[in-house]
Amino acid sequence: MLASRPVTHSQVIIGRVISRLASHAVLIFASIVIGLPFFWMVSTSFKSDTEVGLFPPVWIPAELLWENYARVWTAAPFDMFYLNSIITTLAGLILEVLIGALSAYAFARIEFPHRDALFLVVLATMMIPGEMAIVPNYLTLRDLGWINTYQGIVIPYVSSAFGCFLLRQAFLSIPQDLFDAARMDGAGHLRMLASIALPMTRPVVATFALFLFIAKWNAYLWPLIVTNTWNMRTLPIGLVLVREAEGTLGWQHVMAASLLVLLPILVVFFLAQRQIIEGIARGAVKG
Amino acid sequence: MSRAPLIKPTHRLSFLHTALGLTHYQRAERLTFLALIAPNFILFGVFTFWPLIYNFYLSFTKWNMITPSPTWIGLDNYATLIQDPIFWRVLWNTVYLATGSITIRLVLALALALVLNQKLAGRDVYRAIIFSPTFTTGAAIALVWTWIFHKDLGLLRLPLSWVGLPSPNWLADVNWTIPALIIVTIWRGLGYDMVIFLAGLQGIPAELYEAARVDGAGRWSLFRHITLPLLSPITFFLVVTSIIGALQVFDIVAVMTAGGPMNSSKVYVYYVYENAFKFFKVGYAAALSIVLFIITLAITIFQTRLSRRWVHY
Repeated sequence: MLASRPVTHSQVIIGRVISRLASHAVLIFASIVIGLPFFWMVSTSFKSDTEVGLFPPVWIPAELLWENYARVWTAAPFDMFYLNSIITTLAGLILEVLIGALSAYAFARIEFPHRDALFLVVLATMMIPGEMAIVPNYLTLRDLGWINTYQGIVIPYVSSAFGCFLLRQAFLSIPQDLFDAARMDGAGHLRMLASIALPMTRPVVATFALFLFIAKWNAYLWPLIVTNTWNMRTLPIGLVLVREAEGTLGWQHVMAASLLVLLPILVVFFLAQRQIIEGIARGAVKG
Repeated sequence: MSRAPLIKPTHRLSFLHTALGLTHYQRAERLTFLALIAPNFILFGVFTFWPLIYNFYLSFTKWNMITPSPTWIGLDNYATLIQDPIFWRVLWNTVYLATGSITIRLVLALALALVLNQKLAGRDVYRAIIFSPTFTTGAAIALVWTWIFHKDLGLLRLPLSWVGLPSPNWLADVNWTIPALIIVTIWRGLGYDMVIFLAGLQGIPAELYEAARVDGAGRWSLFRHITLPLLSPITFFLVVTSIIGALQVFDIVAVMTAGGPMNSSKVYVYYVYENAFKFFKVGYAAALSIVLFIITLAITIFQTRLSRRWVHY
């Protein structure tokens, strides 16, 4: 820029400091606004009945009432909900990574006539919104006798167009020499997948697994449709039903229960936030 | 190669392959390929493609899932749909939610991305906090926000009370349900949009700015003539995914309002769910699903066509 009048060195420095401070002010404000709902949830979960009923609200309760957590834990089979969520999330995650990796390896490493046309079929499934399948899938599961079962919650959502696409890209980036050498040693395709392809692309596989964990833990629509007894409900469904079924729960209890559901997700996010955010930024996960 | 094939070809198949002039090795490779893609393709067939076909059939029938089989009624479901005021209300709600949320989000997210796109202490911490709501469990945050929107005791009443405004009855007033959902989706989607914008900003070559500065361009001019045009593909991507996302919203609506009061917050997937599993109108739900599929397809085709025209690369 052409300066119309001379600018001293100190003026430049002051200008920079002011712009720095303004940036921090904007970001701190944004962080507080975004973080407040979390704070409000935690703070409410420890309040007494009287404190919940106060306006303007109490920010930090006079006494931390841990018994609010004990109260929700006994108000419903929360241990069962936790177990169901852990089982369905982990089973779904492992199956989807496995199924995605098997097909991705085939598309990346094995010759087949019209392979690329077949791959387009995989990509085409991404255009079909999963939500439109709820009625036919419910009917299919009813015919299979899978309503209100773990396999009913898990199996319809373990096919993986996105995983196939993502892992195929990753497998294609591995140097051919490694596979040739393994083949010389007599390794078959499954051995090469397990001992070369997957270990060499561990960061991509890990990021994919992280996103699957989050998506499956948060799932609401399908587990709601396909389960119908308390002992098969997953956490998000159980949480909402507890509130509807138990007329005596206060907001402190509802917030304690919400935190119990969110906790694993928040822990995973803060442990792996860099990986998750960079995965998004690289366009690894779209939509 | 003496490697044993993963799956032994049956006698008939091997005869076929020999006829096609394939070596033993090629045959084994092809069978391995099929075996490896089989789990994915069988699941696609049963849980993705079959539902499309089955929905199409069901959409011409009337069925409550209890009687043994559906009754063929031709185009009746589609005729009902066109005259169904709730269907149009649902479409309007979806458009209102999508546009209201995305316009505000784009402006805020771009502003935050511009601020974050410089060397600042604690940059990663800010980024993580602003991004943190993105992947939270919908059902849980819906309850948190129901409490925040509480007319008398909610957190949101506080800033309103500072400026002397009464709190709207957010989730019980037909005029305020969609704005409430817009607020939740902004809170939840802002960090995602910001991270995408930030990636876009970092992809703009610094030389472009330097060249323009040499030509005497000011900050606004740089933003207007370099940053914005180069971010247009990203902006377009965010707009389209936001519309498709709004078409698929379910959990926060189911938990916060159940589509009410008076359908004021009923969104598309909730209406499908309600017809199928609350009213047991399977044929009608199937027709709605087919329309959802067509809308999504149209948006995707429109996206690829239009992005060629106005997006500057």
